[in-house]
Amino acid sequence: MAGSILGNRVLRKEDPKFLTTGGVYVDDMQNEPLLQGAAHVTFVRSQLAHAIINGIDISAALEAPGVIAIHTAESLNLAPEASSYNPGVTRTLLASGRVRYVGEPVAVIVTEQANQGEDAADLVVIDYEPLEVLVDLEHAMESSTLIYPDAGSNVAVDSTVWGMPDVTGDEFFADCDVVVKGRYVNQRVAPCPLEVRGSAVAWVDGRLYQWISTQHAQGVRDQINKSDATSNVRVITPDVGGGFGAKISAYPEEIVLGRVAQAVGRPLRWRETRSESMLALGHGRAQLQYITIGGSRDGKVLAYRLEAIQDSGAFVDVGAVLAPACTRPMSSGVYAIPKIECRTKSVVTNTTPIVAYRGAGRPEATAAIERAMDMFAAEIGMDAAEVRRKNLIPKFMQPHSTAIGQEYDVGDYEVALDKVLTAANYSALRKEQAARRQRGDRHQLGIGVSVYVEITSGGTNHEDARIEVLPDGRAIVYTGTSPHGQGHVTAWSMIASEHTGIPMDKIDVVWGDTDIIPDGLGTYGSRSLQLGGAAVHQTAQKLVELARSVAASALEAADADVVLDKSRGAFHVAGTPAVAVTWGELSARRATEGGLAIAERFTSGGATFPFGAHVAVVEVDTETGKVTHLKQVACDDAGTVLNPLLLEGQIHGGIAQGSAQALLEEFVYDEDGNPKTGNLAEYAFISAVEVPRIELVSMETPTPRNPLGAKGVGESGTIGSTPAVQSAVVDAVSHLGVRHIDMPTTPERVWRAINQ
Amino acid sequence: MKVSITINGSEHSHEVEPRTLLVHYIREHAHLTGTNIGCDTSSCGACTVHLDGEAVKSCTILAAQADGGSVTTIEGLSKNGEMHPMQKAFMDNHGLQCGFCTPGMVMAAIGLLNENPKPTEDEVRLGLEGNLCRCTGYHNIVKSVLAAAKK
Repeated sequence: MAGSILGNRVLRKEDPKFLTTGGVYVDDMQNEPLLQGAAHVTFVRSQLAHAIINGIDISAALEAPGVIAIHTAESLNLAPEASSYNPGVTRTLLASGRVRYVGEPVAVIVTEQANQGEDAADLVVIDYEPLEVLVDLEHAMESSTLIYPDAGSNVAVDSTVWGMPDVTGDEFFADCDVVVKGRYVNQRVAPCPLEVRGSAVAWVDGRLYQWISTQHAQGVRDQINKSDATSNVRVITPDVGGGFGAKISAYPEEIVLGRVAQAVGRPLRWRETRSESMLALGHGRAQLQYITIGGSRDGKVLAYRLEAIQDSGAFVDVGAVLAPACTRPMSSGVYAIPKIECRTKSVVTNTTPIVAYRGAGRPEATAAIERAMDMFAAEIGMDAAEVRRKNLIPKFMQPHSTAIGQEYDVGDYEVALDKVLTAANYSALRKEQAARRQRGDRHQLGIGVSVYVEITSGGTNHEDARIEVLPDGRAIVYTGTSPHGQGHVTAWSMIASEHTGIPMDKIDVVWGDTDIIPDGLGTYGSRSLQLGGAAVHQTAQKLVELARSVAASALEAADADVVLDKSRGAFHVAGTPAVAVTWGELSARRATEGGLAIAERFTSGGATFPFGAHVAVVEVDTETGKVTHLKQVACDDAGTVLNPLLLEGQIHGGIAQGSAQALLEEFVYDEDGNPKTGNLAEYAFISAVEVPRIELVSMETPTPRNPLGAKGVGESGTIGSTPAVQSAVVDAVSHLGVRHIDMPTTPERVWRAINQ
Repeated sequence: MKVSITINGSEHSHEVEPRTLLVHYIREHAHLTGTNIGCDTSSCGACTVHLDGEAVKSCTILAAQADGGSVTTIEGLSKNGEMHPMQKAFMDNHGLQCGFCTPGMVMAAIGLLNENPKPTEDEVRLGLEGNLCRCTGYHNIVKSVLAAAKK
């Protein structure tokens, strides 16, 4: 499209604010009138992983300086609330009778000043009676100690109970010459958005106003109203400093705030510390995988089995259902495998609950099949790229169904693989590797290849938008998505401007206020552009039609004769450009009819399936086990690209988080359930020093499932990179007999793999 | 105790508890909220400001230690509505996403170039090791700093 802004590298409209005054995050709202006189909230958290609470003594804490009130489940009359996924799993918002993980909120302290709560919390005495602590997943499955006795089992979600077929026996691999088995730990990681959780509340005329750092205000509204039907809450989203899936839903601390504010009769502010956040913001991944892969000696995979045991943590949150709902459907990856079977079990343990984290179930699926392909290749002595090429699903432009029953939209996997192999100069890398092996160099080169497909906007297929044009000619786009770094202000302005001719700097974007935007599904699962962006696209088209009809009436012409001159944002009769009406004038003409505005709901043709290929290059110091991630070459096909600047930013961030999981990050507990990585000094958060040099190769295969041709890209980088990096580490030392090293591939693990 | 600090050219004087950290002084007494708090172990660098011309993590310094000093925060970088070249470089190179690490990252990056005006890419990466970002993968941050160094 000549002159179109779409597809261009447009700089972000959001940036000047963030760069000059900083964003206004929830903790920055010092001037909000409704929060004047707010008191501060601190939670008292469990220091034991599993125990009966025999009593809570708050008497000394009540005497501490600045303390206004201290509340518990009992004093707030909190009732048990059931998990959405298992009715036998119930908890109160503050622990009642039993604590189930270190960091679980037990009591809440309200103080005049922010720093007084921590001092008072030290004075709350909780009388615990310790119970057996379950940290190990497989032990938890077998144990007679039940974390939720009413659930009857520590296995809280089971794919066979959901009606999915169970796995079978050895006969499943009867026609295979080669069968390889593996046990992989897809370790627990902490999402670590730079902004921790925070919220503020005020009761206004019997109604709760709640500001919260979230990815989905409307969902939070529904959660709070479900927990406290009297709140009739209005949820407002300030700037949000990252989410990565961990801020999709509200947490107990956030849900209970309204009731605490009601009890003390004051507005309240709450901001957790990072050390609290590491324990009580949900964690991600935490899946144990048993794989069996079989095929022919010439490299054809014939059967694949995945048995996934998902750590659910100490509640049954969304993390518990990712295995059956996301990992299982994507178990085939990009490969044409004739037979696949998969069973998942999600198990409660005395650890932080698992939620969605960048990729949420799909990275686990990709990691499993990619590791399995590597081990199969190693067994038959075939190159990692070659075994993949031999098994890829051929290019398809009509929906394709895999053996596990998942339908993909469009795919062209071999081209993606070829592109990264060429860009990475794969054959030269292999030569360099061979030379180093030949010389017996201390620093060995490792090359990892992954090819992936993932599912985006799975589970939701619609989104709302509304566009309003003001009499001054400015436009406001109201969206149901909820940006927290993705750049929707820029992207949605580009789409609206493209259709209306209203300049981008005259378009504002509004989100995350449930009174202004009652319907919205938020931002997660790489859904925003393909649904929210498409909704803006559809709404803008309808808005132009509405405006054309208003203009026709103003110009005393037929609708069909009126054209929009986008270069000046005005409508005129074709051939008579001198007599025109502007967007602002049209808005003014509609003043008595509610202005010039239109709302639309876009419904897509279904989920989309971005795909791509990654090559990771690492160097391993064979004497110390230290890994250096030199380079990541990535081809991520997210369909038609709206703004390459934003797309690349998403992929870069995704690759860093993938590299982090493969090499560095793991949230670790000791056997008593005590966190060993409970702050940022102990948790190996990836820095600028460890991230690789990144080279991106572009590829665009549009999806037919939305008018933008766009698929999601928020999670692809993570999904594609993680297995490639892990594979590269194993590859670097494979000539020493190593077939597998669990993530994170720390120096100790690599050294042990070499030396055992 | 009474502490007086010049922040972005304006004199601030407040009675504070001795344990008050510089970052809390900046945010709660001077009401400048551009400087963020991202951790409690001095690991993340979100609170980086300049104290007497040097980049420091303002959570590692007591307000009392900065008494009589001069602090520059992200709010003090633009001059006459013009962004500082480092701010401009971050914008031009998409060096920020959610924006939370950004003020500290920009202040650290300026401090880095003050000490080493023409750094190599590896020196930039090492110089920013104490500033964490979860969104960008650092790629465009490094690019921004290298671009600013060329100006």
